[in-house]
Amino acid sequence: MRQVNPPRLEMRDDIRAGLRDVMPVLGAVLPFAAVFGTVAVESGLSATEVMFASASIYAAASQYVMIELMGQAVPIWSIVLAVFALNFRHVLYSASLGRHMGAFSFWQKALAFFLLVDPQFAASEARAAKRGLRPAYYFAYALAIYGVWIVSNLLGVLFGSLLDNPAALGLDFLLPLYFMGMIMGFHARSHFLLILVTSAVASLVVHQTLGSPWHITLGGGVGMLVAAALSKPKADPSTGAGQ
Amino acid sequence: MTDIVLIIVLCAAATYLTRIGGHLIMLRFGEVHHRVEAALGAVPIAILTALVAPSMLTGGVPGVAALIATGVAALRVSLVISVAVGLAVLVVLRAAGL
Repeated sequence: MRQVNPPRLEMRDDIRAGLRDVMPVLGAVLPFAAVFGTVAVESGLSATEVMFASASIYAAASQYVMIELMGQAVPIWSIVLAVFALNFRHVLYSASLGRHMGAFSFWQKALAFFLLVDPQFAASEARAAKRGLRPAYYFAYALAIYGVWIVSNLLGVLFGSLLDNPAALGLDFLLPLYFMGMIMGFHARSHFLLILVTSAVASLVVHQTLGSPWHITLGGGVGMLVAAALSKPKADPSTGAGQ
Repeated sequence: MTDIVLIIVLCAAATYLTRIGGHLIMLRFGEVHHRVEAALGAVPIAILTALVAPSMLTGGVPGVAALIATGVAALRVSLVISVAVGLAVLVVLRAAGL
């Protein structure tokens, strides 16, 4: 039924599909962006600093980690290292997604990778498999999330400064809970429980001996070593169906 | 205050580096060893767990209960709802004076 469309129609279809696919994600982005704005202001950042961070880093988990560690007064290098390590999954995202970006120019790619958040990766991989990935789809999806992210951040900043006792709402403990929820989101990965337990134990031991911030780097490092040690080579691709 | 701006700029650079890095590495080398890939795949679990673990000690009974509640809920419902469940447990137990 579907015919080869002229480029303008194809672009319109791509934009529509991108906006349609991104809708459910926006509902999840909105509260987190608002809460980030509130928590960041509560931890002493100015409104300008919060908005600058959200616009330039654009990674919710990393920004939460940054805020949490700023509060613990650890050295700058360890904050950047924690953010870098936490973002390492993006290396895998861009390695995989880059293969589907044949239709993107150099600058489109450079911008596209800046906007590469978790749902963007999932949606783009799915789109690439079904219809092929074109810039119109990618950027319609990406700019919708970025726009909602910035606007709800600002709302969080504005309303957050009105709260006078965040502890009564449990906001002082919101970050650990958020991280806990994120961790469980990865429960389907191989050796999940073993990595979780070894990282937790190593983190607690280091926290009680060497102290902060080493528990993050070393505790996480132990979990990564366990995963590497248990890894098995993938099936030889030359025996598979081929390309 | 300039320290905060410096941290933000460095974190933004680190984040962008990881977002474009995989593509650059693939252009240059093609494949990574499966153990490296497994270690990278474990990063979110390992780093986040290491970050959260000490709050089991500092959060007291309400904190631990809230973490467990969020963890269990996250297996069934969305992240936003799981965090709300944990917050509810925390607020109730704190109000109860535990």
